Amino acid sequence: MNNKYFHSVVLDADLCCGCTNCLKRCPTEAIRIRDGKAHILSERCIDCGECIRICPHHAKRARSNAIEEIKPYKVKIAIPAPALFGQFNNLNDIDIVLTGLRAMGFDVIFEVSRAAELVSEATRQLIRDDKLKKPIISSACPAIVRLIKIRFPELCGNVMPLLAPMEVAARMARREVIDITGLSDDDIGVFFITPCPAKVTEINNPNGCEKSAVTGAIAISQIYPELTSKMDKLQTVEPIAQSGLIGVGWATSGGEAAAMLGDKYLAADGIENVIRVLEELEDEHIHGVDFIELNACSGGCVGGVLAVENPYVAQARIQNLRKYLPVSLNHLDQKDLGGMQWENELEFNAESFRLSDDIIEAMDMMEKMEEICKNLPGLDCGSCGAPTCRALAEDIVKGNAKETDCIHKLKAKIQSVYDQLGNL
Amino acid sequence: MSNIHLHYEVSGEDFTRAGEASGSVKKRLKALGYNTDAIRRVAIAMYEAEINMVIHAEGGFVDVDIFPDHVEVLLSDKGPGIPDVEKAMQEGFSTAPDNVRNLGFGAGMGLPNIKKYTDDMRIETEIGKGTDLYLTVKVKEA
Repeated sequence: MNNKYFHSVVLDADLCCGCTNCLKRCPTEAIRIRDGKAHILSERCIDCGECIRICPHHAKRARSNAIEEIKPYKVKIAIPAPALFGQFNNLNDIDIVLTGLRAMGFDVIFEVSRAAELVSEATRQLIRDDKLKKPIISSACPAIVRLIKIRFPELCGNVMPLLAPMEVAARMARREVIDITGLSDDDIGVFFITPCPAKVTEINNPNGCEKSAVTGAIAISQIYPELTSKMDKLQTVEPIAQSGLIGVGWATSGGEAAAMLGDKYLAADGIENVIRVLEELEDEHIHGVDFIELNACSGGCVGGVLAVENPYVAQARIQNLRKYLPVSLNHLDQKDLGGMQWENELEFNAESFRLSDDIIEAMDMMEKMEEICKNLPGLDCGSCGAPTCRALAEDIVKGNAKETDCIHKLKAKIQSVYDQLGNL
Repeated sequence: MSNIHLHYEVSGEDFTRAGEASGSVKKRLKALGYNTDAIRRVAIAMYEAEINMVIHAEGGFVDVDIFPDHVEVLLSDKGPGIPDVEKAMQEGFSTAPDNVRNLGFGAGMGLPNIKKYTDDMRIETEIGKGTDLYLTVKVKEA
């Protein structure tokens, strides 16, 4: 396996002008500006996509697959995220979107919302069985799972040990195709139609299993023009959709939590809000809640940075689409739950934020940091290339920056040299 | 033994700021790569005590000393003092006003919780003068 953690969020250095927009926006302080260009600290990046959203120069983008990459596979399967259904004006039938995907060259369409209904049912079962540490935190948003993994050690045990609907859908779709055709796994390409760069990352570094059943991911924003034009030209609409309102509801914040069919749940969206909830959970300030749904993007998956429509418009459309759907069209048999459970537990990765693996050395470094901090202006302006003065102090003690990277310190130094020369 | 010393002033004016000191200590302990169970216990005990300080004593100060194997916290206020410490330690006993209870605090679990999460807790209190609360959390090696 590759040692280096795969990130879907990458920088186009030619477009980056070294401004501080992404630096200040990053929720995990994973960006530094060095030599006039943004650099991502791999061990801290959670692929939430906030830097892509904020960059005015479009220098940050998400790696994803092109539609042409489906060609080599004998059977091409599309597994669209339910967020896709909120992207179209005046849409009253999900089948129009799914038939549109068929027209784009996919042989089989398997909605991720189908698997979401199974994950919801499995979660309800796990809550009933009462064997998991409560409150149970949803594992569906990969940016959140990674955030917990690097920053919230005491909450790793609360993350629901079930595969995300994308993974479950890919496995089910593969199995169906293999059962019918007898083809081998390598002949089948499963492509997730994604609103989200963190999902692209998850395919490469899956949570809870060794290898993902998903072949690749195609951004909603990338296929959108061709898909809408195909949808406009459809002669007939095929009856493909097999999702109820529970599955489709996963596209927006609160949908997964509502599928718990109880009232002891909480749903938070937007990365800053999510971090506040996690902090409070860690301090045991949140009581009386069995299940917690957390989405890195405002509005939920419809707010993903690879979606095209305003998340709140998409949310309203999803509500409309759900209106005449049955509650749920997919149900578990015992066999499915077995296949959905994580093979391995979520392990805390202490490396990302600690100063040193030796506590004495770490304490020494922190003491130096506090000293350096006292001498910095405390403006958190970002001109040095670190998001805050404290982050610069950390970079200095780690040997990655120097005090005169602070332009205010540099200015004072130059002034004092000037004054000394004047006195000669 | 070498240690890191931190000092915080806790404002009694703004209830919504309670928890800032414990949050800051938690962040530093994480950066030190401190034992995660000890971080959790320090954060919870200190938060409860900070809330108490704001509800009952109009704020005060907190001194934190981080040692490699334990954390010492002193929370000091010039509030009304605790008339009956034994009673205050009983679960469910509370003298918090209604407006605080409406926010979910004042359930009478503050001091009992602090005791539960710390390895050592000492209260020095004088009516009309104030209260000093000394807490120690030790790292328990797994």
